[in-house]
Amino acid sequence: MKLSEVQNILNATVLTGHEFLNNDVNTACGSDLMSDVLAFVKDKALLLTGLINPQVIRTAEMMDIETIVFVRGKQPEDSIIGMAKMKNITLMSTDYPLFVACGLLYSNGLGNIKNN
Amino acid sequence: MAALTMHYTVDGNDFTLAGDCSSKVKKSLTQLGFDPTTIRKVAIAMYEGEINMVIHANGGFIDVSIEPDKIVAVLNDHGPGIADIDKAMQEGFSTASNKVRELGFGAGMGLPNMKKYSDEMNISTKIGEGTIVTLTFYTKKIR
Ligand SMILES: Nc1ncnc2c1ncn2[C@@H]1O[C@H](COP(=O)(O)OP(=O)(O)O)[C@@H](O)[C@H]1O
Ligand SMILES: [Mg+2]
Repeated sequence: MKLSEVQNILNATVLTGHEFLNNDVNTACGSDLMSDVLAFVKDKALLLTGLINPQVIRTAEMMDIETIVFVRGKQPEDSIIGMAKMKNITLMSTDYPLFVACGLLYSNGLGNIKNN
Repeated sequence: MAALTMHYTVDGNDFTLAGDCSSKVKKSLTQLGFDPTTIRKVAIAMYEGEINMVIHANGGFIDVSIEPDKIVAVLNDHGPGIADIDKAMQEGFSTASNKVRELGFGAGMGLPNMKKYSDEMNISTKIGEGTIVTLTFYTKKIR
């Protein structure tokens, strides 16, 4: 799924990484537990989270996660957006809560085993 | 090739900076041409260790040595030490504060993750003196 589709489905605002909206993601992970993300997430995943601290960006960096979607309308500070920009990580913000955002992406085919 | 060594200071007072060393090491390994899987393992294990140094041990030093066939990271802190290593290694065991939990860590997965992603992990610790965690990763040849 293209990031531009993710943006449309979630009615999300792109905070940084407009130039990457043509890139693809294969799957997604919704979590507020960074250690779980570090333990289980696979390649080319998109991270959905309600956390907006710098360690979310660092976790993504270590995992080679290229896109983070902040849920429930959360907006990180400018310094965090800048940090993501430097690391070529795309950030989006959606008003949907975590559960709904994950459900919408899944039902539209992202990470859905049957559709792959 | 002689071993390439790097020395970093981990600031124990600033959680927002935690992971900075791991980030730098990841960049260096990428520049040196290690394969992405190896780089990711090193980055994740080091990052969990670096977080631990900040949230449990008030910071310290990290020394990384890069050799053609292995990468060794030594994480050295002067924190409280670990009373029961077996217990600390259990998934879910954590003494982290609620504040740390709210930031997405403190789920008791750090040490198990470090073990999972490294090829060898050794913990040497003394109560009241500190902890030294040594992580070894065997690598494929540099291109
Ligand atoms: N460097 C350290 N110094 C002192 N105690 C530590 C250190 N690293 C880990 N610990 C202890 O081991 C426990 C488990 O660590 P870990 O698996 O990383 O989980 P977490 O960091 O989420 O608590 C910690 O809660 C802490 O009590
Ligand atoms: Mg930990």
